[in-house]
Amino acid sequence: MTRIDLTGLDVRPAQVWGGVRLVPLVRDEPVPGLRLRREVYEGWGGASVELGDRTSYTSYVPHGFVADWTGAGAESAVYGSRLGGEAVPGCVPLRRIHRMAGRRRGKDGRAERRLRFLPLHLALEGYLALHFGGPSVVWDDWSREALRRGLSPRAEAAYAGWAVPGLAEALRVFELHPGQCGLLLYVADAPAAAFVVPHPDDYRLLHPTLVEDLYGELVHQYAHYGAPVPEFTARIRDAAGGIRDLADLRAAAREQERSWATAHDGLMARDLLETPYSFERVHRMDGFGLYRFLPPFERGGREQHIGEVITDRKGRAAYLKTFRLSENQIRKGYLLNRLADCDWHLGRTAEALGTSYAELVRRVRGAGLGGLLDAHVVARRLREDREG
Amino acid sequence: MSELVAAEDVLLFVNAAVTATGQREFRSSAAEQRFSLAFLHEYVRVNYRPVYAAALALDVNDHNAALVIEHLLRTPKEAEEGEGRLIAARLALLPPQRVYRLFGALRAARVNNRRTRAIVRAWLAARPDPALDAVKYRSGLKTALRHVHARPADAETGDFLFAPGRRTRYENATLDAHRRAHYEQNALYELPFTVAEGFAAKHGVPRAVFLERIAPRMTRLERLRADRAADLSVMPLTRLALYVLALPFGERVARRAELTDALRAAARRAAGPYAGSWGRVAAVLDDSFSSSGSAVKRRRPLAVALGCHFLLEALAAPGAYAPLWTSGRDDPLLVHPYGPTPLGLRVLDALETGPERLVVVSDGWDNAPPGLAGEVLRVWRTRLDPERHTSVVHLNPVYDAEGFDVRRLAPSVPTAGIRDAEDLAALVEIAQFAEGRTGFAELRAYLDRRVELFLEGAEG
Repeated sequence: MTRIDLTGLDVRPAQVWGGVRLVPLVRDEPVPGLRLRREVYEGWGGASVELGDRTSYTSYVPHGFVADWTGAGAESAVYGSRLGGEAVPGCVPLRRIHRMAGRRRGKDGRAERRLRFLPLHLALEGYLALHFGGPSVVWDDWSREALRRGLSPRAEAAYAGWAVPGLAEALRVFELHPGQCGLLLYVADAPAAAFVVPHPDDYRLLHPTLVEDLYGELVHQYAHYGAPVPEFTARIRDAAGGIRDLADLRAAAREQERSWATAHDGLMARDLLETPYSFERVHRMDGFGLYRFLPPFERGGREQHIGEVITDRKGRAAYLKTFRLSENQIRKGYLLNRLADCDWHLGRTAEALGTSYAELVRRVRGAGLGGLLDAHVVARRLREDREG
Repeated sequence: MSELVAAEDVLLFVNAAVTATGQREFRSSAAEQRFSLAFLHEYVRVNYRPVYAAALALDVNDHNAALVIEHLLRTPKEAEEGEGRLIAARLALLPPQRVYRLFGALRAARVNNRRTRAIVRAWLAARPDPALDAVKYRSGLKTALRHVHARPADAETGDFLFAPGRRTRYENATLDAHRRAHYEQNALYELPFTVAEGFAAKHGVPRAVFLERIAPRMTRLERLRADRAADLSVMPLTRLALYVLALPFGERVARRAELTDALRAAARRAAGPYAGSWGRVAAVLDDSFSSSGSAVKRRRPLAVALGCHFLLEALAAPGAYAPLWTSGRDDPLLVHPYGPTPLGLRVLDALETGPERLVVVSDGWDNAPPGLAGEVLRVWRTRLDPERHTSVVHLNPVYDAEGFDVRRLAPSVPTAGIRDAEDLAALVEIAQFAEGRTGFAELRAYLDRRVELFLEGAEG
């Protein structure tokens, strides 16, 4: 599995509000045997997640999703259930959550056919954990701190949906299609996020959660500085006399819908759907699999998304949520990958990238990883390079 | 050219004045609506003063009528012949609370010219029960009297308003009830509902007891609001539609026959002499999500569409009416706002029924796919029906603050704003001017005729 497969989802005409374009995705029939629900966490949403290997992930987590593959649609049992115990008084209310994804257990301690996971954070944690261990070989360019603790603490900033100008309003006035199971979100015509669920009823309930999701810096900037985007209004060509009766007119109108769908898939969502991703399976549940994926971190302007996806037996996406990385984040991922490929040796990496030692150091610092370098050693190397 | 522009400007203003209420809409906030409307009023007042005044004779809503009057009174130097009569006639039709608010606004704006004083005095003199006004609109009446230096209707009312401690009892029953209500619970049931509510709170009367005993003193709308019991046979069509849409689905199904009959009867009353005279009619009615309106105008666009549905049914020849809801549902009593707006395809469906008249009731946000309705109507007009066998009109219940007009489907389709479904026939008449084929002179003639009718109705 290398690509996202959106088979079974049809594109419907986009709705535009200011700089935001929302493209609904419609299923003919819901994915059998899987439902998604939301569980709301109290408080301001701050949460710390224990990942199991003595690392923890702290972020704004307003809600979690529960995937239910009992097939019985046991809605009432799950709806509105809460996680965690009482908040400890007198300190910052930070919820402690065990694991990004965890099988739900019933009262008798048996595992149920339900999985609780934290949407988007699953993917973000995957990105943050990229080469988290730090240098694997003790080159003296790296500081001792870097060798001992790796990239920790690793942090990225993102904007909540309600802080992205115009997004909340666009989501509010959006008119849901019957059978709608997903949404592609474009800001200033750049793909910002994709969201797919298995069932239209789930989508109706989860649509408002898009405003609580996290969006990258790029999305925020585009929304802030971008102008309103134009609507792709229908045009019927009638000059050639091709339209003689109502049936012709109806055919021309249908043609408009089809041409939009092909134009969208080929033009607007191409990078999202055709990039090869590296998938990592997080959980397996009777035929469905929960994966998170990372992009290839290619340079050169192509958009890169991270995300998580639940696929059915045929590999079609039943659930999908993506987060668009900003240029800086792509650069950071690219650099970490290159460094790891060359065993974190700065000289060899510079050679592999076709650049100089000084330039690579500048790039490492530019990516916000300057703290990992041993300043004295690097300064000496740079001086030697200059003098030699 | 300038004539066409003038005609367009005037129609644009009429559309705005019919629909906009300065309240929040689905897609714009109250502030945006007010800002947009304020500009429009000033623009039309400065450039087309006689037409601006004539708008009072049309079916503009109360909010805009009050705004027009305020604007006219604020600029006495540019006043034209006959304005005063129009203002007086319209003031007589406005609900008193709006008029008192308008007088308050005039005082705040320090508008106190001779004409204003005369108009305010004449309106106050024509009030049927000054004592009731003094109790119910106490501060409003006081402000108005002070502002225009008028004498109160009688000495008792004057003392009640300006020297409340002077008399130990009043001859007038209402004034005396207000005095006694301060210490006697029974007296408060002789007062108007809004005033009695305050006294009931003061005396700690349980709400249920209070509502039961005050019931005979409530106005029709207050009764509707308080216990949702309504006399369906006298409600106007749009209000009835709003009432129906506010009921839960189960109740709508259970009372189907009663509600349908009431809606049909209201529609027949609204259609009046035109009933059955429109021939074959097709209607495209918008029940998309955006027809849910806003928190302050809940389901208003949908109610207008529902009202139009029953009115068009009454106007069409028997059995020659084809309603098409955008969602594809066909039970008018169970409509609810959900889904996108595929107007284009619905218009096509409607044209296939071969109607003589096609009426589209929608907020004009055609989004599945966008702009298709406009294209379909354009091609239909230019290629398939150039002889105009079918007349098309678009009625829009929502004022678009950004466009300073109601949103149009296509330049070739006449569009009119609509607030109450009852005005449909008159609005379709105005919309004919919006096709861009009639000049300003004809429009002026039409307006003059409406003004004459309005003044005759008010004074005769």
